Amino acid sequence: MITDGKEVLIKVENLEKQFSQMEKKALNGVSAEIRQGDVVFVVGPSGSGKSTFLRCLNLLEVPTGGKIFFEGTDITDKSNNINTYRQKMGMVFQQFNLFPHMNIMKNLTIAPMKLQKKSKEEAEAVAMELLSRVGLADRANAYPNQLSGGQKQRIAIVRALCMKPDVMLFDEPTSALDPEMVGEVLNVMRELAQENMTMVVVTHEMAFAREVASRVLFMESGSILEEGSPDEFFGNPKSERLKSFLSKVL
Amino acid sequence: MADFFQDLKDRFILNFVEADRWKYITDGLAVTLKVTVAAVLVGILLGFIVAIIRSTHDMTGKLKPLNFICRIYLTVIRGTPVVVQLLIIYFVIFGSSAVSKTLVAIIAFGINSGAYVAEIVRAGIMSIDKGQFEAGRSLGFNYAQTMVYVIVPQAFKNVLPALCNEFIVLLKETSVSGYIAMQDLTKGADIIRSRTYDAFMPLIAVALIYLAIVCLLEYVFGKLERRLRNSDH
Repeated sequence: MITDGKEVLIKVENLEKQFSQMEKKALNGVSAEIRQGDVVFVVGPSGSGKSTFLRCLNLLEVPTGGKIFFEGTDITDKSNNINTYRQKMGMVFQQFNLFPHMNIMKNLTIAPMKLQKKSKEEAEAVAMELLSRVGLADRANAYPNQLSGGQKQRIAIVRALCMKPDVMLFDEPTSALDPEMVGEVLNVMRELAQENMTMVVVTHEMAFAREVASRVLFMESGSILEEGSPDEFFGNPKSERLKSFLSKVL
Repeated sequence: MADFFQDLKDRFILNFVEADRWKYITDGLAVTLKVTVAAVLVGILLGFIVAIIRSTHDMTGKLKPLNFICRIYLTVIRGTPVVVQLLIIYFVIFGSSAVSKTLVAIIAFGINSGAYVAEIVRAGIMSIDKGQFEAGRSLGFNYAQTMVYVIVPQAFKNVLPALCNEFIVLLKETSVSGYIAMQDLTKGADIIRSRTYDAFMPLIAVALIYLAIVCLLEYVFGKLERRLRNSDH
């Protein structure tokens, strides 16, 4: 584990998830630390539990064992109100999940206005600034279904950013995109990483992981099998399983 | 031909003009509309509450006792004829007390409609992609906020045609109010028939009035549907 004195944002201890008694565990005692400014990429074969791991971080999946500390608070403890912590953890989904009945501006401002009690003007100013940064300021009044996949995903990223989160969780953000639209989304994520946003990214984009990650985790059968800096991880994989995985995907 | 029209005119005068019989129609229409509108409101309120309880239970496994009560409500209401429900509420539940027939009708039709609205709305809620729910929760909205801001508006739009259908059925169902001797539109026509011994005029007249109201409802819902769809493509 790389420790460089930066504040620990998320600490995961022995996380377990079993969807039903019949099935084997999707997560098998996973422990990890995510520090301020980390850009952690989680890779691995389908069904390895990487998405489940990510979705446990903001309790979209409720773990069946272990603990998750976010900024020092045990969020798996039911007495802590998860909704307040989720406001600081932005999430981007594979299927974008924009709200189709609201225009883009409403999509971006509803959470800051209702949850952080921001005024309409304030929320719209923040949204507008972020929109122009992803190059979509002119689409503020469009509806999600009028946008391309790449545009939707950039909007989804902005929607999460409007809450000024401390960490951004990406669940295969480019997997549902046409190939020519992947780049525009990765560009936005690259910029975020450069601005020191703490990010946890589940992805199949290995080249992008190698370029942007500060740390890469390899998951297999619900456990973290190997982790390291991108150079070690891709240049000098230790376990046979990771070697064979990389030989197939690179 | 002229005889035919003369005959029609005479019957019209006999049925509607003489002794101010048109008042049976207008008063009846007013009662029918009052009962329908109020029952629709009761039905929507009840229906949404039951639908939210039922789908919350479906999605989270919580609210077991409430869900059980809701299921009994649905089974009993959907399993018995509305006329029987109306009679039970009037003669059994309010049996000995003097209570307005309009109120009884509103309660009976409202409770009845609520059961159908509940399942329509529940279908709407369950049809919304799980990702919508997760997106709402991931932003920090609690369960209720996610329902109100994200799920229900989308569900409502999806079930609008089915709701329109339900309201049309409800409007026409109120025509059985005569069973508790409430003078609604249908009963009004029937009273005229019993006075004039002419069935054609009053019955065709109320049939046309029901038809006109239904056409109006269809028009309004069609417009609402188009408006909601325009804001979403």
